[in-house]
Amino acid sequence: MTAFAARAAADLSHRGRPRSVKIQRGVEWVIHASLCGLTLLSVLTTAAIIVVVVRESLGFFTMDGSTVSLWSFFTGTVWSPLLGAQPEYGVLPLVGGTVLVTSIAGLFALPVGLLTAVFLSEYASARTRSVLKAVLEILAGVPTVVYGFFALTFITPYLLQPLSDDFGTYNAMGAGLAVGIMILPIVCSLSEDALRAVPQSLRDGAYALGSTKFDVTARVVVPAGLSGIVAAFLLALTRAIGETMIVALAAGGLAQLTANPSEQVQTMTAYMVQIFLGDAPANGIEYRSSYAVAMTLFAITFVMTWTGALVLKRYREEYE
Amino acid sequence: MTPNTTPSIVRIVKPARLAAGLLLASALLAGLAADDLKTLKGTVRIDGSSTVFPIMEAVAEEFSKTAPGVKVPVGVSGTGGGFKRFCVGETEVSSASRPISPSEVELAATNKVEFIELPIAYDALSIVVNPKNDWMKQVTIAQLKTIFSEGGAKTWKDIDPSWPDRPMRVFSPGTDSGTFDYFKEAVIGKEGSVRRDVSVSEDDNVLVIGVSGDKDAIGFFGLAYFTENKDKLRAVPVVGKSGASVAPEASTVADGSYPLARPLFLYVSAKAAATPETAALIDFTLAKASEVVEEVGYVLLPGQFVERASANWKARKTGTAFVKDGAKVEGTFSTLYK
Repeated sequence: MTAFAARAAADLSHRGRPRSVKIQRGVEWVIHASLCGLTLLSVLTTAAIIVVVVRESLGFFTMDGSTVSLWSFFTGTVWSPLLGAQPEYGVLPLVGGTVLVTSIAGLFALPVGLLTAVFLSEYASARTRSVLKAVLEILAGVPTVVYGFFALTFITPYLLQPLSDDFGTYNAMGAGLAVGIMILPIVCSLSEDALRAVPQSLRDGAYALGSTKFDVTARVVVPAGLSGIVAAFLLALTRAIGETMIVALAAGGLAQLTANPSEQVQTMTAYMVQIFLGDAPANGIEYRSSYAVAMTLFAITFVMTWTGALVLKRYREEYE
Repeated sequence: MTPNTTPSIVRIVKPARLAAGLLLASALLAGLAADDLKTLKGTVRIDGSSTVFPIMEAVAEEFSKTAPGVKVPVGVSGTGGGFKRFCVGETEVSSASRPISPSEVELAATNKVEFIELPIAYDALSIVVNPKNDWMKQVTIAQLKTIFSEGGAKTWKDIDPSWPDRPMRVFSPGTDSGTFDYFKEAVIGKEGSVRRDVSVSEDDNVLVIGVSGDKDAIGFFGLAYFTENKDKLRAVPVVGKSGASVAPEASTVADGSYPLARPLFLYVSAKAAATPETAALIDFTLAKASEVVEEVGYVLLPGQFVERASANWKARKTGTAFVKDGAKVEGTFSTLYK
């Protein structure tokens, strides 16, 4: 009797979970379907955003009282939806503002970021690298609203205005530099990854041929990591184009087509903030115009991401 | 997206200076119906003018101590933005730095929103420049028109040959604000329009920061925002009817010599006025107005208008004194508000 019970218990514990093939397949199907569903979520979100933006922008061009044609929207050089005798909707000043701020950010952050990455990857000791990387991570964690105030209360009054009193409180330079500081960690850490991914054997080979450390870095490592560096640059610039809070706070509220960094500019994102914070009646033409601007911004970042992918493919260097 | 969901910034700032003065009054008021107020519940939504905001913010904060169960969110969509929400019944109280317009009266009528009009203070619309601006000692209305109109002055020298040949940067409250509407009508007139190269913001603090950091800047907004930032800004005296230049101050507003003085209003939905929480808030506001208004930097209304406003509130008298048969009534505030 006891022997039987013991055997039955052992039997049960040995069997563990039921191994029915049917149930097993069912479970697999559920896992597959739910993972697929979760992936679809991001695809659907993207699709929904495109649908909403395109529909509302079409509304902007076709709604009653709208005299804006696609041509005048994309080629107009005056953006003045709220002021003046007649509203004007030419998107170029907003695109120009975005380009100016992004250029300033890029001119600052791309070289500085790349050189920092070279230092971290090739020159710095392990200890220095770990300290510096921690600092960069702190920089990456700063909320952008803080950078906006930094531009407004430090960069402009203490760095720019002493240089020239042409700088107003709100100007493209201060905002551009703050955006540059914001994208610096992106440029730096992605470029460093690209450089460190270059196989040690390439460096060793160059040293064996009598190269100096600088030769190895400038002629072997950086060219070998170029596709990753270009990808880092494009990602950082796309991030700079889409940046909103810094420019809304520090670049000003005046849309004008200018290349002068001491002037105020309004970027595409800053205009949308202005409209959604209540400067225009909901569902009016000014309100809809922000969707047309959003569509333009989306098209620009889309083209950039796409070019980035092409460049990456073209310059990819395969090792090992 | 549902219509009229214009978001508004609800700010929480603590004007601690007010506390002492208000404590006494709230003790008096609390004595009347302390128990009722303590148990009162509900939400009274206020939106509208950023000029009136400092008053309503202070009142709302004090009221929350007296009636902790009542939520009073105060938004700053601008006078026009506030009326757009008020006239479709989205808010209980709308604050305004100009009287309600004929089109807004019409919108309210189509949505069956009746309202009670209550003037609460005088404001002196202040013309402000950077303290480093040492050339602009005074300004005439005609010069202001040149500065702010389309096709107007580009440099300071364009206005007065003795002023520097430097570009001028112009700041203005947003087009949804009553301050903008008032300024456009009082300075530029019905025909002209405001120049396009103006930095606009619905948030007056953005204008304060802009002018305070730029030697070549000029802007305008309500007196309270100047009083609060006296150390960072300089108010330019405006040449009045007598030919003398007049600074924006309580005394010059009260004696009528400051040319850009204007009343500030609250509009209370008649439907909401029937609810205990809104009624309590407005009672509280009218009782407190005399202290709060001066504390935040505005000017008290003359006694007769205060009495009229509280009589109209007690009688729940609806309608406006400034629009008749779909058109704006011409005349000054003191002759129209009865």
